[in-house]
Amino acid sequence: MLEIRNLHAKAGEKVILRGVNLKVGAGEVHAIMGPNGSGKSTLAQVIAGRDLYEVTEGEVLYEGRNLLELSPEERAREGIFLAFQYPVEIPGVSNLYFLRTALNAIRKHRGLEELDVMDFMELVRERVKLLGMNEALLERPVNEGFSGGEKKRNEILQMAVLEPRLAILDETDSGLDIDALKAVAAGINAMRSPERAMIVVTHYQRLLEYVEPDFVHVMADGRIVRSGDKELARELERQGYAWLEEEAALAQENRS
Amino acid sequence: MNTAVTGTATGQESWLALFAERERELANECPWWVHGLRRTALARFAEIGFPTTKIEEWRYTNLAPLTRTVFTAARRPTGHEQLPETWLDGLDAIVVRTVNGYPISGLTQRGLAIRSLRQAWQEQPELVQNHLARYASFDRHAFVALNTAFCEDGLLVEIAPGAVLDKPVLLLHHLTPGGETVASHPRVLVLAGANSQANIVEAWLGPDSAVYLRNSVTELVTGEGAVLEYVRLEMEGDQAYHFGAFHARHGRSSTLAVHTILLGGNLVRSEVGVVLDGEGASATLNGLYLAKGRQHMDNYTTLDHARPHATSLELYKGLLDGHSEAVFHGRIIVRPEAQKTDTIQRNKNLLLSRDAVINTKPQLEIYADDVRCTHGATVGQVDADAVFYLRSRGIGHQEARRLLTLAFAQEITDRVQPPALREHLAEELLKRLDDPVGVTP
Repeated sequence: MLEIRNLHAKAGEKVILRGVNLKVGAGEVHAIMGPNGSGKSTLAQVIAGRDLYEVTEGEVLYEGRNLLELSPEERAREGIFLAFQYPVEIPGVSNLYFLRTALNAIRKHRGLEELDVMDFMELVRERVKLLGMNEALLERPVNEGFSGGEKKRNEILQMAVLEPRLAILDETDSGLDIDALKAVAAGINAMRSPERAMIVVTHYQRLLEYVEPDFVHVMADGRIVRSGDKELARELERQGYAWLEEEAALAQENRS
Repeated sequence: MNTAVTGTATGQESWLALFAERERELANECPWWVHGLRRTALARFAEIGFPTTKIEEWRYTNLAPLTRTVFTAARRPTGHEQLPETWLDGLDAIVVRTVNGYPISGLTQRGLAIRSLRQAWQEQPELVQNHLARYASFDRHAFVALNTAFCEDGLLVEIAPGAVLDKPVLLLHHLTPGGETVASHPRVLVLAGANSQANIVEAWLGPDSAVYLRNSVTELVTGEGAVLEYVRLEMEGDQAYHFGAFHARHGRSSTLAVHTILLGGNLVRSEVGVVLDGEGASATLNGLYLAKGRQHMDNYTTLDHARPHATSLELYKGLLDGHSEAVFHGRIIVRPEAQKTDTIQRNKNLLLSRDAVINTKPQLEIYADDVRCTHGATVGQVDADAVFYLRSRGIGHQEARRLLTLAFAQEITDRVQPPALREHLAEELLKRLDDPVGVTP
């Protein structure tokens, strides 16, 4: 579904990704772990099409197509979804209106009929229940005044409504108490299916206790330095990232 | 601000000639005191002339093109004018229209009487005399002076004490230039009795592609405990000069909200002046201006706190596209007697193009010591993070910008009364934002 080959990217003059290689197949859940500043979030944002980052080398294929040619909205309509680490507050735009506009943009692209308010509400209510969200949040402006947990649940709600083919969850577990974490994990697990792939970017192993990954990758210094199964996540939890930093320091020396 | 008033020497002659022409026609038509008022106002205009940018209140608005234009008087309607229909006609409201400043309808119903000024100054000269030109001073105002000098008719809106109007009152000012470069001076006087409650929408509609001057003056007096929502909706044609002054004197424990929406016109100046002349009065001034292309929109507001324990809240928001220019000049005066005054003034601007210009100027004159006055101004662009967030959910780039721009404006439009106006306003904004003329892609 997704194939990343030797991806290099920079923000301004700062090189952040230094040759990422990753293959994600349909139905798979991949966890990307790594210390702060290793490039995990940048990778997530580059896949979603954030223009703050410039791809300088390599390619990203999504279902056989060159993903980097597509605008962010085209990527979303083709089935890519990024759950933001820091969801953006949008005063003046109601959550419901936002969700319906997004869903209908995607449906239109897929040649489906746009949903009217009644059908849309039915769909949303069902998903809200699944996530144990407060329905009142639907009427409020997008993320405005939401608690950290509410924002993250709102991201998962969007994923549940938009039903992407490839979901990237960027630190969706950070800042959540255990109840919110469980609710978010339940939402993610409910979305797992043989047609859908997920990339779970996380600093800690905590979320992976509830969402079992098929593959775990460790990023450091802008590339994937180790890949394995869920055992790797446990190992990281025990050892921390210190050993990686040593390896990264070595790599840096070799570069210079 | 006690800037000395000095005018240009140009531009007056054609107005004096026009006045003389109208005088011959009107000499025997109006009471002596109206006649006197008009002559006094004209004399004042002849003395001060049009303001120049050397005067602080007019620093950012250059009237040179206006002063060079020779206008004729907009004609009294014959009743056969074709008036354009707009979405305003669909509102559930009590509608009264003027054409070229002359009322073409009036009405009387329980608690509400709307008459032509002409009729009122014949029937109840004392009532009109007590209020007309008492709140909108022409002493230092060329445009108010001109309006008063050319005041041949207008509207008197009386809301009876204790009356609670169940429908909004819609005052629609039409203009039919008839192929000429006309000037029209609509005049409205609203008397809201004690403890009355009303929602008034005053709107100016004019044709595109015609140079004309609409010089409108509205005076409002609210009695004790009155509650008034007043919407001013400027939708002039694209070549219009619009000068709109609104002056209110606002009594004890009364509540007044004035919402000013500027959309049309080529050169627009809106003045809102409220004197909080009773203890515990509360005033809200909201404003929204959407300028694009080469439009120039100037907002000048004065909140004059004359009595203690009054509160005022002012929020003006601007959307600026193309090569447009806008001004926000907000004066707040707190008189020595006005202790415990509480005022907040905010001006927020969203620049949609690199070439748009906003001049924002708060002006606080505080002569009392136990008061709370806060003010602030912001100028920004559409939030790039928010645009990306929306796009990452499949919403197109243009649509994302539209949505965010509208959301910015909604803080104002959502406060407008009646609620039925809000959706129409949002649509009107979108229509104007989507119109490729003067919008940055």
